[in-house]
Amino acid sequence: MNYLLQQLVNGIALGAIYGLIAIGYTMVYGIIGMINFAHGEIYMIGAFVALIAFMALGISGITYIPLALLLVLVIAMVFTAAYGWAVERVAYRPLRGSFRLAPLISAIGMSIFLQNYVQLLQGARVKTLQPVVHGGIALASGTFDVQVSYLQLFIVALTVILMAAFTYVIAATPLGRAQRAVEQDAVMAALLGVDVDRTISLTFLIGASLAAVAGVMVLLYYGVIDFFIGFEAGIKAFTAAVLGGIGSLPGAMLGGLLIGLIEALWSGYASVEYKDVMVFVVLVLVLIFRPSGLFGRPEVEKV
Amino acid sequence: MSNMLLDVSHLSMRFGGLSAIADLSFTAYDREITALIGPNGAGKTTVFNCLTGFYKPSGGKLTLHRSGKTFALETMEDHRIARVAGVARTFQNIRLFAGMTLLENLIVAQHGELMRASMFSIAGLFGFSPYRRAEKAAVAKARDWLDKLGLIERADTVAGGLSYGDRRRLEIARAMCTDPALLCLDEPAAGLNPHESAALNDLLRAIRDEQKIGLLLIEHDMKVVMGISDRVVVLDHGHKIADGRPDEVRADPAVVRAYLGEPETGAP
Amino acid sequence: MSTEAAAAPDRVAPRGIAILPLLKESFLTAIVALVLAIPLVGFRIVESNGTTGLATRFWWVGFAAGAVFLGRFALGIWRGAMPPRAVGGASWLDPVARFGRRHARIVALIGLVAALAWPALPFATRGIVDLAISVLIYVMLGWGLNVVVGLAGLLDLGYVAFYAVGAYSFAILASDFGLTFWEALPVSGLLAALAGVLLGFPVLRLRGDYLAIVTLGFGEIIHILLLNWGSLTRGPNGIGDIPRPGLFGLVFERRAPPGFTTFHDFLGVPFSPSQRVVFLYYVVLALALMVNLFTLRLRRLPIGRAWEALREDEIACRALGINPTNVKLSAFGIGAMLGGFAGAFFATRQGFISPESFTFTESATILAIVVLGGMGSQMGVVLAAILLVLLPELGRQFAEFRMLIFGAAMVLIMVWRPQGLLAHRAPSLRLGAPPR
Repeated sequence: MNYLLQQLVNGIALGAIYGLIAIGYTMVYGIIGMINFAHGEIYMIGAFVALIAFMALGISGITYIPLALLLVLVIAMVFTAAYGWAVERVAYRPLRGSFRLAPLISAIGMSIFLQNYVQLLQGARVKTLQPVVHGGIALASGTFDVQVSYLQLFIVALTVILMAAFTYVIAATPLGRAQRAVEQDAVMAALLGVDVDRTISLTFLIGASLAAVAGVMVLLYYGVIDFFIGFEAGIKAFTAAVLGGIGSLPGAMLGGLLIGLIEALWSGYASVEYKDVMVFVVLVLVLIFRPSGLFGRPEVEKV
Repeated sequence: MSNMLLDVSHLSMRFGGLSAIADLSFTAYDREITALIGPNGAGKTTVFNCLTGFYKPSGGKLTLHRSGKTFALETMEDHRIARVAGVARTFQNIRLFAGMTLLENLIVAQHGELMRASMFSIAGLFGFSPYRRAEKAAVAKARDWLDKLGLIERADTVAGGLSYGDRRRLEIARAMCTDPALLCLDEPAAGLNPHESAALNDLLRAIRDEQKIGLLLIEHDMKVVMGISDRVVVLDHGHKIADGRPDEVRADPAVVRAYLGEPETGAP
Repeated sequence: MSTEAAAAPDRVAPRGIAILPLLKESFLTAIVALVLAIPLVGFRIVESNGTTGLATRFWWVGFAAGAVFLGRFALGIWRGAMPPRAVGGASWLDPVARFGRRHARIVALIGLVAALAWPALPFATRGIVDLAISVLIYVMLGWGLNVVVGLAGLLDLGYVAFYAVGAYSFAILASDFGLTFWEALPVSGLLAALAGVLLGFPVLRLRGDYLAIVTLGFGEIIHILLLNWGSLTRGPNGIGDIPRPGLFGLVFERRAPPGFTTFHDFLGVPFSPSQRVVFLYYVVLALALMVNLFTLRLRRLPIGRAWEALREDEIACRALGINPTNVKLSAFGIGAMLGGFAGAFFATRQGFISPESFTFTESATILAIVVLGGMGSQMGVVLAAILLVLLPELGRQFAEFRMLIFGAAMVLIMVWRPQGLLAHRAPSLRLGAPPR
């Protein structure tokens, strides 16, 4: 029972990370109808920028942890958002009118490029970070002895705050309205005066900054990163987005949680080697049996 | 003497809570052109989609009669309806294979025959004569159609390069190359100028008379509808409101109301 | 009536170059590059003695920004000097492509003669022939993936799975069941084809993007299985001692195993390792030529036309009575089979295979070959494969930068010339004579 609860806790923390990345996938798919294959690499870049920021802060003597965390978050979000924006401008915007597969192939090319870009600039070996956030609370009551680290609490809390903030933005601000309009009908939105290019760019910026937060978290949580984490997390986060219903923000978050739980429980109880296979199987099953996911609307193609 | 070709019986189609078609029944006959008209949103293309298997009807029967056999279209898959039952269609927004040539478009339509002749490509790979013969026959049929349309010189150019009117007619020819019993045309006259509409009328009449099949036509252009239809079925909000010869239907007050609305009361 | 108006210009005048806006644009682009470069280029994480440190290289940042500025400026000048054109429209490459097309037969013939004579050419060392073998393996893989992606329009990102099935089934059949190369080759191909059909089933209803991701997932699943299903695949250690093909029972070894004669003994010449390499070269050349003829022929058959029609418009296909399920499964199956053949050959040529060779990077590389060459174009695939294999040979740096360049090339090709370097779609059937 202990073990189960522990795995659940781990799964939730992992799920929060996947959820943050999944939001990026789902928002981009919702607004321009393509899978941003390079999004996983954006997350990886976020993790690397975070590591560099931590070390730079450490060297410059800023060691008060809450401050350092805040600064690292901001720095990672800013730079990663810049990368996300640049990728859209360079690889996707010119292809808006092109044939069906073009943006996807471009995205794959971008993904390969970014992976190798980081690998060449920072080296192929894994990079480590000394644990920053220490300690946690033990939920002990008789037979239960579950460790919940402060870090896990921090991850979940931050994710909840960000989720609430962005849900508010989407629902109540002009940007959110513009975004929903472009999602429904880009041409009409443009005719009504919405700056479609800017709205799309902002979508990428938001998605990238959330991925950056996920990158910071994964860096703190595991302490180890390498240039390949984007590929692995990318597929899982995409699965989460599909599971939750592509285009739906709460769906992405819920999907992320589910994937995190599935992964934690599977590796806890079945086999660690095949945990990734489990996630792919989930993806295939969802796409075959309920392609619109949990919260998505079934798409009927107009003939 | 024309036989019953298509029997639509109590067809209904619901999308969630929305009822697109409710209790629709009509009959289309062999060697006749039946037009399906009605204001926008009446459900005409939905009827087509049910007929050709792109939607599964919520209720009712769609029966096709061909050479003594009957086909229950509501139970069949879209490609089987085209291949086995012999219902061909064209689309509102023309779905040609734009990157392939005119000739190739017409040859693809004869896929079933050619696949059989090539014995799953084995005979084709080695160039056995049954396949070569079948290919020659297919090309000859395609050439015939291109001749009829006056497009023979452009046989080896890509379909995407044709003018709008030519693309429409090519799509019809392609549908005809599948040897259908019933040809369904979704707004074939849309976007055509009067000259092209007249050419379309000639083509459709020729198909009815020479190919001896039945045609079912969705159309808004009244010149086309009244000019060539043998029978007109009028839909409004998913219900049939009139069914008969063109002149009968034109005078029907229910039809006038559906199109033009209620006359205004009160002094102008 | 004005006679000037009657002579309509068939070339639009160049846009002209506005220097000041271009300078501003270049400057802004350089600033963006600067921002992007600061964290990852400006800093370098260094591991030394188990501790992590940070090194700075800010002059690289400045260099990057400067290069971007110059590049953007040059691009603006180039664009201004050229007449405007639509994406994928006419470009300076077209006359080259047209020339190639018109003389396609001769070019192909020259290529064939060169390929046949390759080992006999004066500069052909064993290494060079070996290189040519690598090129031909990638060419086969490219032609195989071409069936799925180029012809049928199904974006398969897990093609390496079939390559792996072919290689591993060959290895197991040859090592554990004692089949010879010629016996095991068709069986490996069939097993790969089976895998292709099995993969095809779940993805039948999926659209472009989703199809790509699921096939990617399958590629990864195969990779994980290869690593972990030790009883079948020997896990990360791989399978070794894979027997090499022989020529009518003659073995290409220094000393013959009992019951066999060696090639060099048979001919009465001294043993040389080049003999096997040259033999392998001709084997793979023969395989590649067969694959080429096979795919060219299929394209002219109803099945090939159905693939292309499916790529153009699936709904129109359904309305014409074509069953998309059969068409998709046949594309996956045949494409997979060809990949399996390549895998089987790869296994026998290496003598040893391990899961390392079958990663997503490989799938991406093969996709890059197909995309760069122009989806659907046979010759384009050959060119792209040659580029891929030769690039790392030009220098150490190129070897490291290879995938980086490939990724960038994929983006660039899509933006600049989506039809690929050489692509042009020749109709599979003609009514009249081909144009001169």
